[in-house]
Amino acid sequence: MSLQRKVKNSQAQKRTSQGSNSYQTRLSAWKVKEDLSDSKSISKHGQNNPVEDYEHADDQAEGALQIALTYFEKGPVKTSQSKDKTLEKHLKTVENVAWKNGLAPEGIDILLNVALSGKFGSAVNTRIFKCMIPATLISEDSVVKAVSWLCVGKCSGSTKVLFYRWLVAMFDFIDHKEEINLLYGFFFASLQDDALCPYVCHLLYLLTKKENVKPFRVRKLLDLQAKMGMQPHLQALLSLYKFFVPTLISVSLPMRKKIYFKNSENLWKTALLAVRQRNQGLPPEPLKLMLANVHPVKRKWNSHSVIPVLNSRNYSKESGKKGMNLSDYFSSNGSFPLEQLKSFPQLLQNIHCLELPSQMGAVLNNSLLLHYINCVRDESVLLRLYHWLSQTLQEECIWYKVNNYEHGKEFPNFLDTILKAECFLQEGFYSCEAFLYKSLPLWDGFCCRSQFLQLVSWIPFSSFSEVKPLLFDHLSRLFFTSTIYFKCSVLQCLKELLQNWLLWLSMDIHMKSVMNSPLETTLGGSMNSVSKLIHYVGWLSTTAMRLENNSTFLLHFILDFYEKVCDIYINYNLPLVVLFPPGVFYPALLSLDSSILNQLCYIMDRYRKNLTAAKKNELVQKTKSEFSFSSKTYQEFNHYLTAMVGCLWTSKPFQKGLYIDPEVLEKASVAEYKNSLNLVHHPALLSYAVFFLLQEWPKERKVNMSSVWGKKWNWYLDYLFSEGLQGLKLFIRSSIHRSSVP
Amino acid sequence: MDSYDAPESTPRQCASSRLKDYFIGATPLQKRLESVRKQTSFIPTPPRRKIPQCSPLQEDVDPQKFAFLLHKQWTLYSLTPLYKFSYTNFKEYSRLLNAFIAAEKQKGLAVEVGDDFNIKVIFSTLLGMKGTQRDPEAFLVQILSKSQLPSEHREGKVLWTGWFCCIFGDSLLETVSEDFTCLPLFLANGAETNTAIIGTWFQKTFDCYFRPLAINAFNLSWMAAMWTACRMDHYMATTEFLWSVPCSPQSLDISYAIHPEDAKALWDSVHKTPGEVTQEEVDLFMDCLYSHFHRHFKIHLSATRLVRVSTSVASAHTDGKIKILCHKYLIGVLAYLTELAIFQIE
Repeated sequence: MSLQRKVKNSQAQKRTSQGSNSYQTRLSAWKVKEDLSDSKSISKHGQNNPVEDYEHADDQAEGALQIALTYFEKGPVKTSQSKDKTLEKHLKTVENVAWKNGLAPEGIDILLNVALSGKFGSAVNTRIFKCMIPATLISEDSVVKAVSWLCVGKCSGSTKVLFYRWLVAMFDFIDHKEEINLLYGFFFASLQDDALCPYVCHLLYLLTKKENVKPFRVRKLLDLQAKMGMQPHLQALLSLYKFFVPTLISVSLPMRKKIYFKNSENLWKTALLAVRQRNQGLPPEPLKLMLANVHPVKRKWNSHSVIPVLNSRNYSKESGKKGMNLSDYFSSNGSFPLEQLKSFPQLLQNIHCLELPSQMGAVLNNSLLLHYINCVRDESVLLRLYHWLSQTLQEECIWYKVNNYEHGKEFPNFLDTILKAECFLQEGFYSCEAFLYKSLPLWDGFCCRSQFLQLVSWIPFSSFSEVKPLLFDHLSRLFFTSTIYFKCSVLQCLKELLQNWLLWLSMDIHMKSVMNSPLETTLGGSMNSVSKLIHYVGWLSTTAMRLENNSTFLLHFILDFYEKVCDIYINYNLPLVVLFPPGVFYPALLSLDSSILNQLCYIMDRYRKNLTAAKKNELVQKTKSEFSFSSKTYQEFNHYLTAMVGCLWTSKPFQKGLYIDPEVLEKASVAEYKNSLNLVHHPALLSYAVFFLLQEWPKERKVNMSSVWGKKWNWYLDYLFSEGLQGLKLFIRSSIHRSSVP
Repeated sequence: MDSYDAPESTPRQCASSRLKDYFIGATPLQKRLESVRKQTSFIPTPPRRKIPQCSPLQEDVDPQKFAFLLHKQWTLYSLTPLYKFSYTNFKEYSRLLNAFIAAEKQKGLAVEVGDDFNIKVIFSTLLGMKGTQRDPEAFLVQILSKSQLPSEHREGKVLWTGWFCCIFGDSLLETVSEDFTCLPLFLANGAETNTAIIGTWFQKTFDCYFRPLAINAFNLSWMAAMWTACRMDHYMATTEFLWSVPCSPQSLDISYAIHPEDAKALWDSVHKTPGEVTQEEVDLFMDCLYSHFHRHFKIHLSATRLVRVSTSVASAHTDGKIKILCHKYLIGVLAYLTELAIFQIE
């Protein structure tokens, strides 16, 4: 966007610098033309590349516009034989670009000059005016220059009318108005022209400031009124004067409101809508995007758009003072208006006197105000946000109300905005939690799935047993009855929930050691809550593994969750170690997939590190802390560890606690099962072993698996590690003494 | 190391103190969440309610104003607490709302801020319209058309009326701080476009949120029972129920009218606990009506949807429209509607 403008600017500069030499300008124009024909031919051939085509088309339009503008600027060349044809062509070009993208300020400057200088007939001038649509803004200088043309008297009355109508329509797009206001006297004098009078009145209505209201002007207006009768446009101006200086005008103006001005912008109405949308939809800086007041179609009275527009004008605050004038509302009273808040340093400087938005919901769209919300201790600010957000969520929710399916993308977009804000704050909103309680029982598990589950992952930390009947019981019902993909998404979201809770708690525990907080007992409660969440996921996982026939895909998501769980003690400095349930451990250990086995090894290694760290700390602190882990956790871990070593290393699997009838084994023709489970024979690693043997001893006729022992065993290990089984490497390094090579 | 830790302490402090707030449950926000949890985990409505009593209206009520509220159809809305609303600023609010309506009605046209617009906005309190002393005062907003000729200074026609009230709103009052005014029930009569404009102004000015308040069949049957239970000196209207059967091409409505005294007799036969209505009694009352209807027409009304209940006390439609007929039980009817509105905003 900015690049394009740069190019335009440089072209404009070129034009002005070369203005004295018309020959050169034409030469450059010719060059551009040549480029054009080139690109045309390219685009004809390269039809299979739409992006490139599109770019070419853009370049092409840009080039053609430059040529056209230059043509208008220089005026028609007398010698040219097909003058009308060229004119028509260039006019078409300008119109097309103007209606599609609008014109740059320089372009409008040129066209204004052309239209008012009387170079062309009034039919052409009309067409030029109709397509003078700004891309973004109109520079004040162009308008002042244009007004000076009016004094020369080269343009017809109808062109003048058109100019005033255009000026009124485009008034909001002019970048400054100070100099235009200096021309007030000139405009006022134009009131005498009967044809211009209504439009000049409208312009003056927009332009008038208090200091423009003078007794002689009032007299003049009253004279005009006496001459022409009660004209709505004169009444409008008079009543404005009366508003500014009531003492000057004693005439009573009719009470009943009329339409003062015929809608003079309707020539450009649709184009202006497009300009506004363009200006707001694609602003150059990202911050402006946050502040842009985008109004989609007014859908219902409750909300123009779902999120209210940022607006700091707070009637209620100032309404206590008596005798307020309108102008008082617009004058600042020491507080910092939100509309001016553009940067973080500004926020810091004015944080004490920031005027809060009149509708707190507007903060969702403004990252700076989210910063403010994050540190404000004013409960009423949070309550306002709470009420607004919870009501809006319920009102917008697609499945919460019957027959509310028509809104399409609006609700997911709204949820996305909320999630963005939660992610930015790293904290969930209470209203979202309340919304989940109400809407989860009615959710089909499909609509807005990703957003909805993300909302779940941002539930603020709370007592698990309290939230379980409201939320997790409903979630598990959906979990068990939905597809494997849904199950995986739920596990993913619960992993994020766990992470958010852990981060929050780890900050809290850190504070306690500093502040010696009186709430010592609650840490036990919080740990209990977290461990309940983990057990809940363990229960979900165990059941899901059965339901999905030990799916490897599902197992990956489950182990991802436990990758977070196993590191709580070290990563988050929280006194909690919870092991996975057997229903997860054994399927992972006996999985056919080497990456699962590898992940399991990694997790076991981290469990070991966390448990040893915990034990070490206990020994150092000597005093029995409240959070010493029960010996049961260690026993459980050792049990798993033995099973793993048995399956991977010593070929003595399941020595304890598992009895398999030899007859059964014989039937399955694995009577020699003892050797069937080790690094070589494990079903997940068998293919590695085969490849290893084939690679090292390609000439061997028969692949002899049991030959892998002793030195070969070590080579095989190195081979496995080199194949990326890093978890296995960590596990073997830490948990197995290499002296015990079989 | 210290210098590294120092800048981090501010956000941490913030987070941890919020966490503490959580455990203490001290902040209004926490109280709100607690009450939402309670509401969601248990049956949404308490199993028993009081039968509306003759309204304990205070002495200072304006009977004319109350009469004005009766016999009109009101559309119900729930409303979140108003922020920084003040009863002393009614004049200012009238002026601002007047200007706002003028601006909205003439969008795109020149707007003047004088008061020479042909409508007039009036804010006024409805003294005595409350259940307990803690309930905030109810207030009324009216839009009058101003007479066009300045000589006639008589009040013009009422174009639109809306009022805000809170009857026995304790559960809501507990959960907000003093910057807020809790008037959870809003009733409007007049063109929907006016309601939209005025509602928008309130939302912008007091950061509140209006939501249409529909009444489901469950609550309609409660209304039927409670209103039948009211002791009346003389009955003004028959007791009537309207059920809707969703069938194509057109839905079928079943109207069931009973003589109010018969309805009362039926109620007295199922009613046990004096002064109170319980869920069992409501169910029993409706079941009796159903079985009676089934005996005669072989139609199971329980399989259809109750959409309207009208009694001599009041009539209510599932769309959230209500008409109050009996002056005596005005407060009682509003108390139940307040309860429904509070449930919706929680």
